[in-house]
Amino acid sequence: MSTTKKATIVHTPSFMDGDEFRVPIFKLLKQDGTTYKNAKLPDLDRDKALRIYRAMLFTRVLDERMLAAQRQGRLSFYMQCTGEEASIVGSAAALADEDMIMAQYREQGALAYRGFEVDEFMNQLFGNDRDYGKGRQMPVHYGSEKLHYMTISSPLATQIPQATGYAYGQKMAGQGHCTITIFGEGAASEGDFHAALNMASVHQVPVIFLCRNNGYAISTPAHEQFSADGIAPRAFGYHMKVIRVDGNDILAVYQAAAKAREWAVENNKPVLIEAMTYRLAAHSSSDDPSGYRSKKEEEAWRDKDPVRRMRLWLESKGWWSEDDEKQEQELRRREVLEAMKRAEKRPPPDLETLIGDVYETPTAQLVEQLEQLKAHIRKYPEAYPKGAKSLDAAKEGNENA
Amino acid sequence: MPDMNMLKAINNALDTAMAADDKVICFGEDVGVFGGVFRATSHLQEKYGRARCFNTPLVEQGIVGFANGLAAQGSKPVAEIQFADYIFPAFDQIVNETAKFRYRSGNLFNVGGLTIRTPYGGGISGGLYHSQSPEAYFAHTPGLKIVVPRNPHQAKGLLLAAIRDPDPVLFFEPKRLYRASTGEVPEEDYQLPLGEAEVTKEGDDITLLAWGAQMEMVEKAAELAEKEGISCEIIDLRTIVPWDVETVVESVLKTGRLLVTHEAPLTGGFAGEIAATIQQRCFLYLESPIARVTGLDTPFPLTLEKEYMPDHLKIFEAIKQSIDY
Ligand SMILES: Cc1ncc(C[n+]2csc(CCOP(=O)(O)OP(=O)(O)O)c2C)c(N)n1
Ligand SMILES: [Mg+2]
Repeated sequence: MSTTKKATIVHTPSFMDGDEFRVPIFKLLKQDGTTYKNAKLPDLDRDKALRIYRAMLFTRVLDERMLAAQRQGRLSFYMQCTGEEASIVGSAAALADEDMIMAQYREQGALAYRGFEVDEFMNQLFGNDRDYGKGRQMPVHYGSEKLHYMTISSPLATQIPQATGYAYGQKMAGQGHCTITIFGEGAASEGDFHAALNMASVHQVPVIFLCRNNGYAISTPAHEQFSADGIAPRAFGYHMKVIRVDGNDILAVYQAAAKAREWAVENNKPVLIEAMTYRLAAHSSSDDPSGYRSKKEEEAWRDKDPVRRMRLWLESKGWWSEDDEKQEQELRRREVLEAMKRAEKRPPPDLETLIGDVYETPTAQLVEQLEQLKAHIRKYPEAYPKGAKSLDAAKEGNENA
Repeated sequence: MPDMNMLKAINNALDTAMAADDKVICFGEDVGVFGGVFRATSHLQEKYGRARCFNTPLVEQGIVGFANGLAAQGSKPVAEIQFADYIFPAFDQIVNETAKFRYRSGNLFNVGGLTIRTPYGGGISGGLYHSQSPEAYFAHTPGLKIVVPRNPHQAKGLLLAAIRDPDPVLFFEPKRLYRASTGEVPEEDYQLPLGEAEVTKEGDDITLLAWGAQMEMVEKAAELAEKEGISCEIIDLRTIVPWDVETVVESVLKTGRLLVTHEAPLTGGFAGEIAATIQQRCFLYLESPIARVTGLDTPFPLTLEKEYMPDHLKIFEAIKQSIDY
């Protein structure tokens, strides 16, 4: 038998239930934009605060527009970050821009903060020829090498142990970078979550585990997901530092994540953050929450809107005004709409992309399969408009060359 | 007989199974109050209570591990994996546990009561993680039965048979047809046999073999071929393991030609297994090589999904090639 610490010996059978480990919630900012008395605020200057707010607002606008586009049939699918902008943008803002982000799918705010351009969002959403993912994945599966944002993978929780491994590599490289991995409270039920935390702790890895506890995994409420006090107490089992934060409180999220990063990088140790928030939107454009939760519950959380909360704080500092808000919203809406039109008009990815990237170079079998496919499409061009378009483009290219 | 879509028929089969046997228990991600993301388990919790129809935490290895234990105890778990693409966290529980429970204990214990239901297949703009057809991975593991229905009537009868079969069954549901495929389904309790293929159309020139959603493609292709004077015999394999060799052999001995189609990639796909067996049994009767029309040897794409799919036109071309060989 071996434990890390010397055990206390007792002589009566005493069972423990963990109830002594209730994790408090860290808050700084009230819903009216004022801060708690005695709250020690993070060091956020005007520029940084506005960079954060603009990313949150952009995310909100993007989500509204794209859901509307999905409803109009212009887009096959969409997932909103709505309600969780502070958790996402606040934590991204606390990192160095070179730190790696390995997210789940609802974290477009982090990309917006890092400077992913509106056309880059649109090209992925429409899976056109400029999509970095070459039109292979469903909408919202973004990735950006230059912004250190790992391409999203739909199978849940797979990125969590990968983040541990990535961060181990960063520790070995010794440049003071770390990785943050973001996931839902539902995904945290997967075995991969537990493997990731244990390995991070055993191998002393600078990784931040950020759980967005937004109350639901599709229709499953958090209380059917786990019976413990949320996700935070799990850290104790892995001997890991943990903090629970009001996920709709931008100042608290930012400060918690900044301190977590400092700790992780200086000590080569993992940290768990549980952000308490709410998925204000449906799970995805395919979902209708009216079958599993009440309007009343949604309204109660709408009153805790993280974007409005930050705006009120910015206004109280004199850093933002009603006019600024109006202008910014209009500007961003227009940007999104124009970029959407551009992305929709772009051609589909080239037919060759079908067999590309399966291996570093396509195998002989794949090359043959593509040739057969091309011959087939030439025979039935109307049945495969996208493939036919790409063949035409290739032909024109050859003629021009 | 009422008309139902495939989801309704599956729901009706589960309802029938739960009403007939208290030991039938349905669970999985979102299957409780919500009735599953596709609504295959709608109203079952309302009707049979939370103890017999419930949401699980989001953990596939847990769902199947739990189901294995429950089946070993003598219950009849019907576990739902939300998408076949997400069955892989449970791969170990299925391949090393479900499949070998009876064998390794010398039949002291078994998990024969277990059924795993999961939606599979493409054609729904699902991209690489909502479109896969993973049947061949499981077909390679002795100890698992694998069933795929093609329409609502088949779905109900085969699912009831799967739940009551003495061996564990993986039941792959063609999600593209969930709402698209409708037809008459008897209200009463009935079963269709596992391990038996069905000749759905008789013909003389070539045998077309498929299962699940590909049956629709094959039927369309056969219509095109008939217009060119090619008479097609169509077989729905229905059960992939154990597959009905005799029905296919009998047909190929008659037609002299075989085409097998599935959405899964070519390499390692189940069509290869069928081709090897049939060429051995029918070698001297074959007029042309056995044709395989399948997905490409790539992950499942999104924008170019139509190009990827082994559709009726690709099957039609392969039929003509086989005839003109
Ligand atoms: C391994 C795996 N199982 C199931 C799914 C289907 N699925 C997609 S999202 C989701 C719920 C996730 O909930 P949570 O982790 O809480 O994140 P949220 O959607 O609330 O942000 C499920 C079950 C999946 N993508 N991957
Ligand atoms: Mg959640």
